Amino acid sequence: MWRDALLVAGKDLRIEARSRVGLWQVVPFALLALVLFAFALGPGPVALRAAAPGLFWLAVLFSTVLAIQRSFAIEGGEGTRDGLRLSGLDPAGIFLGKAAAVALQLLVLQLVLFAGVVLLFGARLHTPWLAITASVLATIGLSAAGVAYGALSAGLRVRETLLPLLVLPVLAPVLLAGSRAWAAALATSPAGGGQWLKILGAFAAVYVVVGVVLYGPLQEAA
Amino acid sequence: MKPVVLRSIGVAAIVTTAATIWLGLWVTPPDKVQGDLVRLVYIHPPIAWCALYLAFGLAALSSLLYLWRRTRSMFWDRLAASAVEVGVVFNALTLVTGSIWGRPTWGVWWTWDARLTSTALLLVLFLGYMALRRVPAEPEVRAKRCAVAALFAFVDVPIVHFSVVWWQTLHQGATVLNANLSPTIHGSMAWTLLLGFVAITLAFIWMVAVRYRIEVLRDEIGEEELEVSLAERRAESGTVEAGFASAEATPTMALQPRPEPAGHPGPTVVS
Repeated sequence: MWRDALLVAGKDLRIEARSRVGLWQVVPFALLALVLFAFALGPGPVALRAAAPGLFWLAVLFSTVLAIQRSFAIEGGEGTRDGLRLSGLDPAGIFLGKAAAVALQLLVLQLVLFAGVVLLFGARLHTPWLAITASVLATIGLSAAGVAYGALSAGLRVRETLLPLLVLPVLAPVLLAGSRAWAAALATSPAGGGQWLKILGAFAAVYVVVGVVLYGPLQEAA
Repeated sequence: MKPVVLRSIGVAAIVTTAATIWLGLWVTPPDKVQGDLVRLVYIHPPIAWCALYLAFGLAALSSLLYLWRRTRSMFWDRLAASAVEVGVVFNALTLVTGSIWGRPTWGVWWTWDARLTSTALLLVLFLGYMALRRVPAEPEVRAKRCAVAALFAFVDVPIVHFSVVWWQTLHQGATVLNANLSPTIHGSMAWTLLLGFVAITLAFIWMVAVRYRIEVLRDEIGEEELEVSLAERRAESGTVEAGFASAEATPTMALQPRPEPAGHPGPTVVS
């Protein structure tokens, strides 16, 4: 399973390294979202700083949908999905590999977005460990749930419109907990931030397990 | 379910609902604090119970039983679909009746209370399920896909619940909402509420059963249409070599749930 996961993750990341779709499309989109949020809220630094954690995670959430669509678009070629299914790789391994590749891209994206939040919104990080832990846990959850839903809608004609409807309500707890944890990490005292890590951790654990168990039937149904 | 049983459940649902309306609107007294608003309490909690526990619990259980190889049958798939559909309606009704109660009581149609928020999220989660169900596919493929989707959504429910509860309590402080609508409820009011639960639950069961029957009939129609169009094609190509015609017609038609008019090989349905 682990070897298969590494193979699939390596394949996906190699495709990304060569095509740079994530770098030149998803990352600029996320930054654009930050700018648009600022337009919507007005230029007042107080409002922007207060909204920074929520806007950061909202941008991450929307970018996750794009990253997931990309992750399954690269399997969309003639018979590629069937090829992967027939390759004899463990479905759980495929799931973990794809999720790992998405997770790595999302982490890079969050670094860029964090710089954007600091520069554009004037946010300042006071408790780095909390923000980093929240990010890592949230990223695991986002990519696991995202890949599960991506596989569910892959190959459907209506996937572009269906995937956001399916996945965004599911990811809502991550947005909620991530924003609260980051709000605590950006505030001068991190009080109350730690408990949000429980939600993020539980979400990540649940979707990694469910994905590993159900990816087999999911592949057959796609 | 036998037609007799189905019909008697329907009749029982109508009778108990009528009785609830009569007791709720005329017999029971208005509440000391809430006045006539309290009458909404006879239907709002029963509807919520059907939507949030019965319907979605049933959908999750049926989906699990469908995915488990030993119990796999289309029965569970249809049951899950019916339960979700009726559940979504009841869920929407829960929000609507709650809003109607909330406007005069709290002065707002909506508040970001934990219960309201998680109920609304649940509605959107299962609207997604219904959208997925509408995507054309082979019945088995669709059944498996939807069963997985239902389970994915279901495992999210407790996480949504806890995150929203914490979010609300930490972020907003205490709101006006109190889980107990009136501290003690007794006498005719308690009996009416109990009857309301029975009535709404019966109505729910009846609706799910009818919805299930529609699902069965729909599948039957699909099969029949297939037979008819196969026959049409065979008749049409009667002049052509018989073996060639049947060999050509069968595989392409088998992919189409709704066949095009004879003679036009329509687009095959890609799932």
